[in-house]
Amino acid sequence: MQRRTFLKTTAAAVTATAFTGLGPAFALDNVVKEAGECKIQWSKQTTSICAFCSVGCGLVVHANKSTGRVVNVEGNSDHPINRGSLCAKGASSIQMTVNADRPTKCMYRAPYSDSFEVKDWEWCKKRIAKLIKKSRDESFEKKNADGNVVNRTMGIASLGSAALDNEECYAMHSFMRSLGLVYVEHQARI
Amino acid sequence: MTNHWNDLQNSDCILIMGSNPAENHPISFKWVTKAQRAGAKVIHVDPRFTRTSARSDMYAALRSGTDIAVLGGMINYILQNKKYFTEYMVEYTNASFIVGEDFDFKDGLFTGFDPATRSYDKSKWSFELDSKGNPKQDKSLAHPRSVFQIMKKHYGRYTLDKVSSMSGVSVQDLKELYELYAATGTAKKAGTIMYAMGWTQHSVGVQNIRAMAIIQLMLGNMGVAGGGVNALRGECNVQGSTDYALLYHILPGYLKTPLAGQDTLEQYNKAFTPVSNDPKSANWWSNYPKYSASLIKAMYENDDPKDAYNYLPRLDSHKASQYSWLPLIDRMADGKFSGALIWGMNPACSGSDSEKTRKALGKLDWMVNVNLFTCETSDFWKGPNMDPKSVKTETFFLPCASAIEKEGSVSNSGRWMQWRYKAQEPQDGVLTDGHYFHELWEELVHLYEEEGGVYPEPITHLTFNRMCEADENGKYHFSAQQTARLCNGWFTRDVEVKGKKFKKGQQVPSFAYLQDDGSTTSGNWLYCNSYTDEGNKAERHDSTQTEEQARIGLYPNWTWCWPVNRRIIYNRASCDPKGNPWNPEKAVIKWNGEKWIGDVPDGGWAPGTKHPFIMLKHGMGQLFGPGRVDGPLPEYYEPLECPVETHAFSKQLHNPTAVHFEDEEKAVADERFPFVASTYRVTEHWQTGSMTRWMSWLVETEPQMFVEISPQLAKLRGFENGEKVVVESVRGSLWAIAMVTDRIQPYKIAGKEVHMVGMPWHYGWVTPKDGGDSANLVTPNVGDPNTGIPEYKAFMVNVRKWKEGDA
Ligand code: SF4
Repeated sequence: MQRRTFLKTTAAAVTATAFTGLGPAFALDNVVKEAGECKIQWSKQTTSICAFCSVGCGLVVHANKSTGRVVNVEGNSDHPINRGSLCAKGASSIQMTVNADRPTKCMYRAPYSDSFEVKDWEWCKKRIAKLIKKSRDESFEKKNADGNVVNRTMGIASLGSAALDNEECYAMHSFMRSLGLVYVEHQARI
Repeated sequence: MTNHWNDLQNSDCILIMGSNPAENHPISFKWVTKAQRAGAKVIHVDPRFTRTSARSDMYAALRSGTDIAVLGGMINYILQNKKYFTEYMVEYTNASFIVGEDFDFKDGLFTGFDPATRSYDKSKWSFELDSKGNPKQDKSLAHPRSVFQIMKKHYGRYTLDKVSSMSGVSVQDLKELYELYAATGTAKKAGTIMYAMGWTQHSVGVQNIRAMAIIQLMLGNMGVAGGGVNALRGECNVQGSTDYALLYHILPGYLKTPLAGQDTLEQYNKAFTPVSNDPKSANWWSNYPKYSASLIKAMYENDDPKDAYNYLPRLDSHKASQYSWLPLIDRMADGKFSGALIWGMNPACSGSDSEKTRKALGKLDWMVNVNLFTCETSDFWKGPNMDPKSVKTETFFLPCASAIEKEGSVSNSGRWMQWRYKAQEPQDGVLTDGHYFHELWEELVHLYEEEGGVYPEPITHLTFNRMCEADENGKYHFSAQQTARLCNGWFTRDVEVKGKKFKKGQQVPSFAYLQDDGSTTSGNWLYCNSYTDEGNKAERHDSTQTEEQARIGLYPNWTWCWPVNRRIIYNRASCDPKGNPWNPEKAVIKWNGEKWIGDVPDGGWAPGTKHPFIMLKHGMGQLFGPGRVDGPLPEYYEPLECPVETHAFSKQLHNPTAVHFEDEEKAVADERFPFVASTYRVTEHWQTGSMTRWMSWLVETEPQMFVEISPQLAKLRGFENGEKVVVESVRGSLWAIAMVTDRIQPYKIAGKEVHMVGMPWHYGWVTPKDGGDSANLVTPNVGDPNTGIPEYKAFMVNVRKWKEGDA
């Protein structure tokens, strides 16, 4: 079927979801204030790559020179792929980082508890390392059922992540394999 | 992608099938419409009319899961009408290879099938070899057992009527589609394919892509500008995270995970290093031992790779049915894991059958979830149908730095490794993922040194600090720059390679210099050449190009691309055997009498001296692919949940090797679940929405779970547009707002009307309020036998009115 015939024979689409309006978290006076901070003389620019899909659009990130905090993220007009343009997600990138709902502390939920409690990283690190060691030591198989050497940890699964940078992926691979994990999977599988 | 995003502009015909780039990869569409303005035809084949269809020159609606019927029909059309590019097909593919006498195909099964194990003995599909051990060939293509003749027989069954009756695409649309696309089977025309999860997420996912690869090879579309097989990856670094092997079956650079019985590095290398006796086959994987030794040396710099090989865990098999996602979750549900590290992921919404996954998390003793925001995974213990007081799992949530709060690289679909810089410090209490890994490792080393434990050497010997920089107090911290240097690799001692002298500590210039004796490190051989003594090439922002390069937009100095900055893979196939480009207007490489110019060639050898597909043992594109577990040629099977009891092509209803669990019920022609369903994404959300559902601008545009329903189905069920309805499958149910739209139309399948519904999978109960829950509550635990990817794109549901008391 040709596109034209399709359009002729069907009614108009129901949901035109135009990208309209700004959320309540973005009152107009804030816009004016932040626009001022975006002036190049007040901000430091760094480049980045959109953290959503794999087109890999280039971004320019502006941080306020005096506070060091990010005030704007926009498309990089020099970038050969996107030439400055971004889709709705890429254009909203700043909300991924500058967002009041982002937790800034480690949280811990004890077995059978009905809530998280804030804990510091040092405490979590010690506790998690202990748990990893216990699970590993208890489930480590030196040989499989056929008597072949396998040197693997059967009691821990690792899931993730395509959200990591390449260097972090390499670090994660090295770490997980050094622990003897064989159940190592992530988004690419699913 | 064998090619890259900018290269779409060079195409004469862009087939978009199994994807919706206008909505899911929006900026890529800039290059699609640019090609279209230059005269290219754009074709969209998809179960649903989308913004991509609206911009296409032709749109055809197929029932989800019937792609192999449509593509098999195209292969048949190309063969019957001699639309193939003969010289390319004869010289560069295995069309002329003679298949052994054991091969046969009957009633939907290839030879060698064992019903007890639901697997094939692939040796039955081997090529007939000559005295030197190379495949016998008949370049006239007349031999009855030549790949060409076998294909003619196999796809001769894919008649227009049969294809139409299963797919729902009219015979007239099929003819138009085949004619448009097959027109690229000439030297001066290039056709390309843009596919995504619409092809992979099926129990025949790999064979969907194989079918298209066959078409591309027959038409001479591989290696050329505006051609290729192009997977549109969904996440900003899912290409990189795959290259870096966060998967059970591979190690970085697509090396294999060791198997039980491979007791030494030598045995391991031997098992995975192919041998070819054809002097014209580059057989690049013959370098395997150099890459494996360099990887092990990168992990364990102070050990001999032969010894450190023993620190790597070994699997019993590489079977997707044993270790991949679906069996992993099944094993978790059986209580066989005590702990899980869940990094930058939200499996409670992203895996199939969310209810099973969420319950499985409750069988763990402990679970760590690292994310930017809390999500249905970190909070699973207080989710729907959970009583926290009866959930044991000790749970940690660690907040991590965002992409602009750290530096590091990501690799896009076009394999461009692009560096990102730190724009601001993370808040106090927030670390980068790299720092979390390193500090946990340090703590484990400390514990093992203090308390002892089982086989600690793999952990204590790991030279993690080589991924770090030391501060003024001598304390090591994770460093992306140092890690990028290690992933490229350096010399561990003074050596001479290929007549060049290198000093200890120097960066390896490219993988051609990697060694198998421990004198080089390389965390990923594919990335060797990205960080040389010249510096970190992923940081380059230089748009300059030569005239030839600019003509097709190669941008060789903008960031860096694997392998060795080659922007279009298999580019030797873009020239005839004398080194002249098939299409001089859009040459990728060209032999100037002394060397290749243009892109980085697939090896510098003179034209005609090596076959073009250098990663394959025989160097030829594989029309006949004896390596896949479900057959050497794509064959039509119904999804494991489907609306029919039989199909037109054979008696074998489903892929006989598909991953599934015998004890889990499936809806096959089941009147309780009469509608085909598929899941997809919208522009304004991303994956499970674990980030975008916290971003107010995006939530305002797409606030709530919905289900797209045709007006005909709405009438049948008495739904109003905007009404709350329930979608239910064998596994579970969820509510959604009915979006009644002409974009979805019923199909005519084997003479009967079949309805389809479509749902986004971005929602979850944590946020926003009244946003709904995950579409994966209804998706099945079945998957492709090669990859294990679940069949999210075709399964069976019912839709009914919502009533008080429903979820
Ligand atoms: S801006 Fe849109 S198209 Fe570009 S990378 Fe981000 S999500 Fe993809």
